[in-house]
Amino acid sequence: MTDYDIIIVGAGPAGSTVARSAAENGLNVLLLEKRQEIGVPVRCAEGVGKEKFNEIFKDIDKKWISAEVDGAKVYSPDKKTEIVLSGDKAGNEAGYVLNRKIFDKDLVKLATLAGSDLMVKTTATGLKKNKDQGTIELTMQNSDEIFTAETKILIGADGIESKIGNWAGMNTTLNLNELESCVQYQMTNINFDERFCHFYLSYETIPGGYLWIFPKGKNVANIGLGVLSSLSKKSPKEYLDNFVNNNFPDGKIIEINAGGVPVGYPLKSAVNDNVMLVGDAARHVDPITGGGILNAMIGGLFATNIAIESINKKDYSVKTLKKYDELWKNDFGKTLHRNKKVQEKLLTTDDKTLNSIFHSMENYNITEANTKKLLYEIIKRNPKLLWDLKGLFV
Amino acid sequence: MERKININRYKCACCGACIAVCNFNANEIINTFLEIKDKNCTLCFSCIKACPFRAIELEE
Ligand SMILES: Cc1cc2nc3c(=O)[nH]c(=O)nc-3n(C[C@H](O)[C@H](O)[C@H](O)COP(=O)(O)OP(=O)(O)OC[C@H]3O[C@@H](n4cnc5c(N)ncnc54)[C@H](O)[C@@H]3O)c2cc1C
Ligand code: SF4
Ligand code: SF4
Repeated sequence: MTDYDIIIVGAGPAGSTVARSAAENGLNVLLLEKRQEIGVPVRCAEGVGKEKFNEIFKDIDKKWISAEVDGAKVYSPDKKTEIVLSGDKAGNEAGYVLNRKIFDKDLVKLATLAGSDLMVKTTATGLKKNKDQGTIELTMQNSDEIFTAETKILIGADGIESKIGNWAGMNTTLNLNELESCVQYQMTNINFDERFCHFYLSYETIPGGYLWIFPKGKNVANIGLGVLSSLSKKSPKEYLDNFVNNNFPDGKIIEINAGGVPVGYPLKSAVNDNVMLVGDAARHVDPITGGGILNAMIGGLFATNIAIESINKKDYSVKTLKKYDELWKNDFGKTLHRNKKVQEKLLTTDDKTLNSIFHSMENYNITEANTKKLLYEIIKRNPKLLWDLKGLFV
Repeated sequence: MERKININRYKCACCGACIAVCNFNANEIINTFLEIKDKNCTLCFSCIKACPFRAIELEE
């Protein structure tokens, strides 16, 4: 007899979503987390779109949210032009800045209340196919104790540092031009427009990435940046210190975070026999915004549905699990693909050109705007520059 | 004298970026400890460039 129907490696938003919904559907579930405390340290700027977030959760706990924003402001490299994306009634670009220390932990609590087993300070360290049973034997380490468990389905929700994919024969290693190397400070004592999330672009001072300021409450914000590892000449920390010293000389740093964000094309397939990858492990992150929280949870629900189907059929083969690929590809997969194309173009756009693109948008009235509409409009107004992207938006 | 990469434990934040870019299964974070498997490491230096804190150093 197998020990579990599903073992999930990693208790971020992706893993806990799978654990909760699988347990709610009566499956025998184990969720593993190598950290000793869920959600800590934070590796995230914590911004999510309001509309999608509200769709996923019927009961939003106020404690999950640090701040609500009306929209986003995006600044040109010379800072002379800003594009304002304000949330309309439908809440297109309006968003929440979460408190992931509480949010991630609560999602795990909900999973355990639904009946999922949980082990913290427990790292998955290897896997073996059990050919006779058609199952997987996972090796784990809790503190210094090593043990194994057998499962029908293994979910790799192990984030940026995912090993499950590579162990299961899918290559998920990122090239240096597919990784944003990020540093973030949570700062107090700073003055800025707290109604918005702020984004700064510059090829010269933030190569291949952007800098963000996300409000976290009165006079508090997450200020961070990501630079593309293949392009950065200095460490991301140096780029960030430079910005902070110039703009918030009186600010106090109350938290330091670091992390990597995958910004390549999405995987061709996120499944193999017995195994599905979700969230950052599947590289389900928007290559322009770096946002991955929502996709992690949406993809998690897709993966759970297919896991349930395969367990009912007693067929855990790649052929059955492939349906998960169809689901995510037809949902957020399309946006990932399109935005990767746009991001590649951005990577070859110098600051002078970026300034002129921003300038072209000066009198654009963006109520009811979303990123897709904005990109469409930018391309319309800069047809020569961005001709090769035209096809992506018709 | 053998060259190898070395983690500056005072700088490392356990963020995982270096794991994502290693094509040789030469690094891994167990619980909160970043391990380097020297025998797998090809000294390609991808991890050095990916690290947000420049916590990975070459020991010569
Ligand atoms: C600096 C930064 C800013 C970001 N800002 C945003 C933002 O504003 N909005 C947004 O939507 N997204 C943002 N992201 C991306 C977002 O953080 C991720 O997309 C999201 O956390 C993905 O969730 P996940 O569950 O897939 O992975 P994670 O949240 O990374 O969870 C993976 C978990 O797996 C555990 N784990 C890994 N390996 C093992 C193992 N072998 N055994 C046991 N456990 C293991 C890890 O410890 C971790 O807890 C940002 C990322 C970074 C780095
Ligand atoms: S130097 Fe290359 S092979 Fe060695 S650990 Fe770093 S990324 Fe892996
Ligand atoms: S990338 Fe740097 S900070 Fe992050 S885990 Fe690796 S060595 Fe540590």
